[in-house]
Amino acid sequence: MNNNNIYYIFSDTIVLITRSLKHIFKNLDQLLALTIQPVMFMLLFGYVFGGAINTGGVSYINFLVAGILVQMSAFGATTTSLSIAMDLRRGIIDRFKSLPMASSTVLFGHVVADLVRNFLSAIIMIIVALIMGFRPEASFTDWLLITGILLLFTFALSWLSAIMGLVAKSVEAVQWLGFFIVFPLTFASAAFVPTQSMPSLLRAFAENQPVTHVIEAIRALMIGLPTGEHVWLSVVWCVAITIVCIPVASFLFRRHSI
Amino acid sequence: MNAIVIKNLSKNFKDLVVLDGISLDVPQGTMLALLGPNGAGKTTTIKILSTLLRPDSGQVFVGGFDVAQKPEGVRGLIGLTGQYAAVDELLNGRENLQMMGQLYHLPKDLIKQRTEALLNQFDLVDAANRSVKTYSGGMRRRLDLALSLIATPPIIFLDEPTTGLDPRSRLLMWNIIKDLLKSGVTILLTTQYLEEADNLANKIAVLDKGKIIAQGTPKELKSRVGTERIEVIIEQKSDFKKAAQLITGDDLRQNAEERSISISTDGSVKEVKRILDILNQAGIEIDAMSVRTPTLDDVFLHFTGKGAE
Repeated sequence: MNNNNIYYIFSDTIVLITRSLKHIFKNLDQLLALTIQPVMFMLLFGYVFGGAINTGGVSYINFLVAGILVQMSAFGATTTSLSIAMDLRRGIIDRFKSLPMASSTVLFGHVVADLVRNFLSAIIMIIVALIMGFRPEASFTDWLLITGILLLFTFALSWLSAIMGLVAKSVEAVQWLGFFIVFPLTFASAAFVPTQSMPSLLRAFAENQPVTHVIEAIRALMIGLPTGEHVWLSVVWCVAITIVCIPVASFLFRRHSI
Repeated sequence: MNAIVIKNLSKNFKDLVVLDGISLDVPQGTMLALLGPNGAGKTTTIKILSTLLRPDSGQVFVGGFDVAQKPEGVRGLIGLTGQYAAVDELLNGRENLQMMGQLYHLPKDLIKQRTEALLNQFDLVDAANRSVKTYSGGMRRRLDLALSLIATPPIIFLDEPTTGLDPRSRLLMWNIIKDLLKSGVTILLTTQYLEEADNLANKIAVLDKGKIIAQGTPKELKSRVGTERIEVIIEQKSDFKKAAQLITGDDLRQNAEERSISISTDGSVKEVKRILDILNQAGIEIDAMSVRTPTLDDVFLHFTGKGAE
């Protein structure tokens, strides 16, 4: 029962990933809520605002899908903070910490659940988009690359979200924290409108922040435009966020205990 | 042989002194009840014993392992049942038990066997496949306790296992805890109820503001506090002063605001009659009269001169 044994760390991780995955299917309300909201956004922007937005040659729905997909993933990634705050409040984390196990793997379980949940939501989203007239031109390899970037982005934000879950004082605070970070990052980006239309200061921010790179990379891959530097910049940003957040989250997790 | 040894343990949270040098021993196979009101330091003690918090000073040994030096050794020996039922709401009862078995790294066959045995023992078979969300408070507590027993740990910490339960669920929980003790495990239980400590434990330690203010067997403590109390509530405020002068007895307590007067007694009819006769002769009417067993409040009044806060 040595908890430093690699085999046990591995098996504990599997057990806790299984737990978090079961949560997805036992909490279908949450999965639906996380999917329906972006679908509503897509309908709203696609049919109501879209006509007034100039996307220069590209149809608005083709322009929009990448932005909606990334925004959805960002909001989806905040589920980790909610799950962790819930586990903390319910005493589940205390219980895990009193066991002869690698208890920090509980964080990893929630992060992996975000990946799976976002993947499922993304498929539903794209089906709705296709019905709305979305016509992607991506090849199979492009789709693989899109999936990879989206999952890497979710992974990075889920670890950031894990930190929020560990520092927040209540479940409600977690929800607000997530909102305050994700909302400006996704709206002050190229998600819904081309950045050229923004005032210069906002534009400078919007064009250089990670969410825009991820959106532009995915958009370009989807509709067959040149990807420029967005793909590698997305990867660098996501990897950097992950590298910073994992040790911070692990530290915060261990903070109060031996 | 002591399963739990606490020597001069102190713990502060910033400026707040939570534990102020407590010392306790729990011999193997016995139960110690840590009795105290909210904020006395009960949960902090349990958290330190179960390696969730580090002691500031003093020494704590659980099953021979120092909690600060060898927490992983301690974790292999203990079962923890917290104040709030720490169960996974979304999973069902059986899945909760199986997950715990896996996290204790038990072999597959044993997990299966223990899961079914515990579901049976804790009267949860019918609810085993239902999501825990649908469980009643009593069922959650029972599942919570069952989870901590999956690996048959020799040392068990029960942090207020019956707080907030209805009388029937409490009784069921008491029976389960009694059976557990018979099986030879060592138990440290915290509670706010003197009755519970009296009913279950071999020894009681009374905790107040981070200090142990009294320690002994339930019998010893009760003999110091008095076995029972007679309490009368005087009907008219104007009669209270007179009644207070007339009624005499051990450990006399008066509360003018509540118009109550109580004494410690052996609970005999003779004593009850004596009080009633005094009041009757003086023509004083009462609102209510009761003979009751001492509560945590009485214990605190006795040892600290103030009620439990």
